[in-house]
Amino acid sequence: MKVLVPVKRVIDYNVKVRVKADGSGVDLANVKMSMNPFDEIAVEEAIRLKEAGIATEVVAVSIGVKQSQETLRTALAMGADRAILVVAADDVHVDIEPLSVAKILKGIVDEEQPGLVLCGKQAIDNDMNATGQMLAALLGWSQATFASKLEVEGDSAKVTREVDGGLQTIEVKMPAIVTVDLRLNEPRYASLPNIMKAKKKPLDEKAPSDYGVDVTPRLEIVSTTEPEARKAGIIVGSVDELVSKLKEAGAI
Amino acid sequence: MAVLLIGEVTDGALAMDATAKSVAAVAGLGDVTVLCAGASASAAAAEAATIDGVAKVLCAEDAVLGHRLAEPTADLIVSLAGDYDHIVAPATTDAKNVMPRVAALLDVMVISDLSGVVDADTFERPIYAGNAIQTVKSSDAKKVLTIRASGFDAAGTGNSAPVENIGAAGDPGLSSWVEDKVAESDRPELTSAGVVVSGGRGVGSEEDFALIEKLADKLGAAVGASRAAVDSGFAPNDWQVGQTGKVVAPDLYVAVGISGAIQHLAGMKDSKVIVAINKDEEAPIFQVADYGLVADLFSAVPELTEKL
Ligand SMILES: Cc1cc2nc3c(=O)[nH]c(=O)nc-3n(C[C@H](O)[C@H](O)[C@H](O)COP(=O)(O)OP(=O)(O)OC[C@H]3O[C@@H](n4cnc5c(N)ncnc54)[C@H](O)[C@@H]3O)c2cc1C
Ligand SMILES: Nc1ncnc2c1ncn2[C@@H]1O[C@H](COP(=O)(O)O)[C@@H](O)[C@H]1O
Repeated sequence: MKVLVPVKRVIDYNVKVRVKADGSGVDLANVKMSMNPFDEIAVEEAIRLKEAGIATEVVAVSIGVKQSQETLRTALAMGADRAILVVAADDVHVDIEPLSVAKILKGIVDEEQPGLVLCGKQAIDNDMNATGQMLAALLGWSQATFASKLEVEGDSAKVTREVDGGLQTIEVKMPAIVTVDLRLNEPRYASLPNIMKAKKKPLDEKAPSDYGVDVTPRLEIVSTTEPEARKAGIIVGSVDELVSKLKEAGAI
Repeated sequence: MAVLLIGEVTDGALAMDATAKSVAAVAGLGDVTVLCAGASASAAAAEAATIDGVAKVLCAEDAVLGHRLAEPTADLIVSLAGDYDHIVAPATTDAKNVMPRVAALLDVMVISDLSGVVDADTFERPIYAGNAIQTVKSSDAKKVLTIRASGFDAAGTGNSAPVENIGAAGDPGLSSWVEDKVAESDRPELTSAGVVVSGGRGVGSEEDFALIEKLADKLGAAVGASRAAVDSGFAPNDWQVGQTGKVVAPDLYVAVGISGAIQHLAGMKDSKVIVAINKDEEAPIFQVADYGLVADLFSAVPELTEKL
């Protein structure tokens, strides 16, 4: 079984986000970019499936600017076998919408015929939480979102999902789309020899037009603003003072 | 203009608070029809009919809809979509599972987690863990939206909207339910609680999380946790507050042994009053706290519980 893992290049989760003064978006020029943390978990899971003899090949895909190559090299250094880069934008500030990403991924799935697609549950830049579900819809496949445990058993998979009420376990028919949550695994770091080896692994470059997809956004960004800041509070000296302040404020 | 609002039905019961807040959020967009779907949904439908501003309730009872599986639920919603301009749901994990699937089947973008409605086409939503608010204008024929309900006041009740029974759209047979692991609790539900007490890695162990729970019980509060506390096994996953957990906006939020990483703040910084207890005076949580107490939680929390 081939496993496809879409990985997105996003602002590193440790970077302090700055909204551009003209309100056109968030400043992404010269900031540290990394693989979306959820996608690292997806890559890790795919590699573990390969190590367990369940997956035969792990293919990483990224859609975005040319620099997403670096993200794919990270996936390859972790252990993916090959990579596909779909160059869909020149400007790092352009974010390709989940619907377009899902359409491109559908094109890749049609060509590659994976038995499983492992997506992150959410990209930490646009916080959409949509692409995997959209891809499942376009393919007419089963979906299991927010996975904290995945067991592939022949032509089905048992997936434990993190939901609002606790945990839900479902069984999905393969081929399937699974989106991964934080507690599925702890991704490995790529070792230096593997980083060197990754440079020689195949990385194909494509364009959205190769899949007949128009990436024109459906959502026009009217403005991007900073949220209202909270006004500074006070430090209290003791539990007694805390209790009296809370009473004064009517909070208890 | 007409709105189809997907009510959150779990084992036959309606998530009343999230539904009533969502009704209020979209009331300006047109007549609101609430869909209640499940293996049993009639009690939920009857409750939805009491929410002010609801014009009609659709009740779909069918075993195939029983465990909120994405595929049959999305097919049902798509089969109804023709009559509506906006298809909306509170941004619960169920809705986040289903609504993007609905949107893609309709060939429209989903607009996730919206925090504000500007007009019928224009919506505000937080991005980058709430570090920025984006206003987007949709050019799609239909809008599929999930609503960050914590930011809206609930619509009142007293209404008696008509309830119409409908069927499921069929069973695509792609997935099946195995089990739910749901912790029973007498505490208020986290996302609708008026008071939330959350513990972080600083609490140190599952046993010591009892300190957090005791304080919560004294305040009649729900219990939350940071990701680190959940990852370390101190607290169950459904207690996680943050960018990728639950978003809460209670009247009072008490953060104990939580450093205040941006991903945690994303889930609680709209709380009315924030209290932080942390032994590190440099902890970023103090920058958003109305009242900060620099102290060891193992002495401060029991003392606070006693003095309340
Ligand atoms: C993709 C992604 C998504 C994430 N999503 C979330 C999310 O949804 N929610 C979330 O919370 N985090 C999330 N995180 C994690 C986040 O970045 C932080 O790692 C996490 O919030 C830290 O949890 P903490 O504050 O409990 O732990 P720490 O940062 O380790 O802080 C512990 C605090 O406890 C204090 N402390 C220790 N002992 C005591 C004591 N005896 N008395 C008083 N204080 C004490 C310390 O001073 C410290 O400030 C996410 C991270 C990533 C990468
Ligand atoms: N541009 C992209 N390139 C590759 N994968 C993506 C891209 N956008 C989204 N994804 C995948 O879809 C997941 C969810 O993203 P989103 O729906 O944007 O929150 C991510 O974790 C990735 O696995």
